[in-house]
Amino acid sequence: MAPTLEISEPKAAADPMLPVPCRIRRVRNETADTFTWELQPADGPARFAFQPGQFNMLYVFGVGEVPISISGDPADTQSFRHTTRAVGVVTRAMRQLRAGDVLGVRGPFGSAWPIEAAAGRDVVIVAGGIGLAPLRPALCRLLAQRRRYGRIVLLYGARTPQDILFPHELERWRGKFDLEVQVTVDRSADTWRGNVGVVTTLIPCAPFEPANAVALVCGPEVMMRYTVRELQRRGIAADRIHVSMERNMKCAIGFCGHCQYGPAFICKDGPIFPFDRVESIFGKAEV
Amino acid sequence: MTTTTLEPIIREQPFFSGFEDKYLKLIVSCAKNVRFDEGDLVFREGDPANQFYLIREGMVAVHVMASQKGLVTVQTVGQGDILGWSWLFPPYRWHFDARTVRPTRALAFDGKCLRTKCEQDHGLGYEFLKRFTRIVVERLEATRLQLLDVYGAHS
Ligand SMILES: Cc1cc2nc3c(=O)[nH]c(=O)nc-3n(C[C@H](O)[C@H](O)[C@H](O)COP(=O)(O)OP(=O)(O)OC[C@H]3O[C@@H](n4cnc5c(N)ncnc54)[C@H](O)[C@@H]3O)c2cc1C
Ligand code: FES
Repeated sequence: MAPTLEISEPKAAADPMLPVPCRIRRVRNETADTFTWELQPADGPARFAFQPGQFNMLYVFGVGEVPISISGDPADTQSFRHTTRAVGVVTRAMRQLRAGDVLGVRGPFGSAWPIEAAAGRDVVIVAGGIGLAPLRPALCRLLAQRRRYGRIVLLYGARTPQDILFPHELERWRGKFDLEVQVTVDRSADTWRGNVGVVTTLIPCAPFEPANAVALVCGPEVMMRYTVRELQRRGIAADRIHVSMERNMKCAIGFCGHCQYGPAFICKDGPIFPFDRVESIFGKAEV
Repeated sequence: MTTTTLEPIIREQPFFSGFEDKYLKLIVSCAKNVRFDEGDLVFREGDPANQFYLIREGMVAVHVMASQKGLVTVQTVGQGDILGWSWLFPPYRWHFDARTVRPTRALAFDGKCLRTKCEQDHGLGYEFLKRFTRIVVERLEATRLQLLDVYGAHS
């Protein structure tokens, strides 16, 4: 997909390999290792359009470039957000940056969650850990067009109560009458009064009609594997289960082959795939 | 509440679907309604395990005492879930503590009585074993995932 970061002057975004300088407007610490940035092009206002599920390549000058999904509301076209977990060299360097700092951005790239195709159906969103970030824009879009969908269910699993992402937003979503939100943690001390157990344990009793449901799944690969199995056990067909895959990336435009996943490139064919397209290679260590 | 009124409730639970009528009647005769307030102890690790529960409303947390970390919750069960499998497997003692997180209504089944009936009628025993083995396997799978720490920084 062609990049649509439209800088008013100069028109630098035409080359998808050329990062656009962007300034961090705001930093919010979400958990001990995860933070959200609000970004805007450094040299003036721009319209930023993306589809829920797409990602940008974020370049920390002198350190390196990483793919990070867009976590903001697609209705916000003036700025865009990324929620990142610091795990390695680049993401840790990102955590050191502050409001006002500038980095390079290329994108958006990749496929989107099938929000349009899900119209008229129940939508089940299953997220694990940082996987809630790429699904947040999808939920914002679904809620903005609430009447077009049947039941909307969000099932979210985190490691501990302290690792729950967007807790205030989850509270707000849970308060809505037309959205079912269930959260579970892997382990907790005595003070947590919610569910304990892996996210897959929420699936058997979740309120949706499997024959008419679309599932959007994002999280660590092993979590997605068990989630898909449980969704299929409930009766959702493989072509209506969508998973978001991750591999190392370099070019993000289908040139270098770094992100090859079986016959597909994750950067341009993915990161979001209907499960029936990746079923034969899903979970295989060598792919 | 009399046992006759429990029959339709038990029949509609997915866990009991597929039991022959004669077995269902027997199960119903071993069931009773129970209520717990928030924070009540349902059972304690090491105590004799002579019941299992079907949660109708509320939530129960399954705890284990980890010396360094204190009391750790490893699982919660809620509406429609079965709590307790130790009644079916020797040495018939609870492996964990269970305490309610919210006021809870449940059906309690007399495991001691059902154990005897299972010994007398292996058809009944097989039906119970099939169902409880599945619960134990699901629990094992979930525990593996929890141990893998899938959301951890290096998974
Ligand atoms: C399409 C796509 C979208 C993504 N969206 C997001 C997002 O929204 N938010 C986000 O935080 N991350 C996201 N990621 C993952 C992110 O790109 C990686 O975490 C990042 O590239 C790691 O780079 P690094 O230099 O910090 O770590 P490296 O120095 O390359 O790795 C250091 C250590 O971290 C481990 N590691 C690397 N990647 C991950 C990972 N994904 N999870 C856990 N451990 C890892 C490595 O095994 C290694 O041990 C996305 C990845 C892809 C492909
Ligand atoms: S990152 Fe180069 S082909 Fe996908």
